[in-house]
Amino acid sequence: MLELLRQPWPWYTSGAVIAFVMLLLLFFGKSFGFSSNLRVICAACGAGKKHKFFDFDWRSQTWNLLFLVGAILGGVISSQFLSNGEAVQISQATIQDLRQIGISAPNGMQPEELFSLEALLTVKGFLVLLLGGFAIGFGSRYAGGCTSGHAISGLSNLQLPSLIAVIGFFIGGLITTWLFLPLIF
Amino acid sequence: MKGLKFILAGILFGIVMSKSEAISWFRIQEMFRFQSFHMYGIIGTAVILGVIITYLIKRYKLRDYQGNPIVFTPKEKSVPRYLIGGIIFGLGWALTGACPGPLFVNIGHGYWAILLAIGGAIAGTYTYGVIKDKLPH
Repeated sequence: MLELLRQPWPWYTSGAVIAFVMLLLLFFGKSFGFSSNLRVICAACGAGKKHKFFDFDWRSQTWNLLFLVGAILGGVISSQFLSNGEAVQISQATIQDLRQIGISAPNGMQPEELFSLEALLTVKGFLVLLLGGFAIGFGSRYAGGCTSGHAISGLSNLQLPSLIAVIGFFIGGLITTWLFLPLIF
Repeated sequence: MKGLKFILAGILFGIVMSKSEAISWFRIQEMFRFQSFHMYGIIGTAVILGVIITYLIKRYKLRDYQGNPIVFTPKEKSVPRYLIGGIIFGLGWALTGACPGPLFVNIGHGYWAILLAIGGAIAGTYTYGVIKDKLPH
């Protein structure tokens, strides 16, 4: 059983478990949306004293911060106990494309060229992660949600605004992939 | 402890994001290059099951564990905020290979460099809160 869990899970089991997590949160009287945690963190750090966007009862969102803590623990459990140590099995076409921009084939979960401490200490590596993170935080709040809030919860409720947001996610992602990445690397 | 169930739900989420490799920069690149069905399969299965779950909850007026009705708040109608905000989010998604959930799941895998992206995400959220009223919504 453990051997089976240690292998990468096929997409259909993953999609089903994600839908189950959404159902669990609805049953707990909450809704599935991860990026609101970033706003809660700003509010908990006292941003509400200066800006009214952060002036709300963030303690009512403690449940979502606990969900965030759980997500980190889930990462720890996966990497410590449920990993077979094999590299991510991406397609040959992607491996070849990435080689052309100087990213070597997967050795683990993430590329060394981006996530190693050496890469972090270069100007390029530092800016990629900082600005990438900034766009995620700014964009998800501007759009009122991220992949969990819009692509999963919103689309499940057949919300047109969520479909527009998801189309935006893809436009932005395609611009970075096809335009920016070849320029950066 | 009342909060334990949220931690457990988060753990399940963290494990499934890891085991499906959805937290991997490589998988996100593969998706944006249309070179594998994997990520589309994950999102597609979750959405199809999600639509059915949401429909059944509404159809049978199901309640949560405390007996309160489960309500879905409709999103406000607008195009610019979802499109512009969505595009900015997408730029960052492909750059870091992570959306907000996986940013944190990656900490659990010991990818400490991701803390910089999380710092950036908090700064981005803060900046949005500061200049929100000047942006088209």
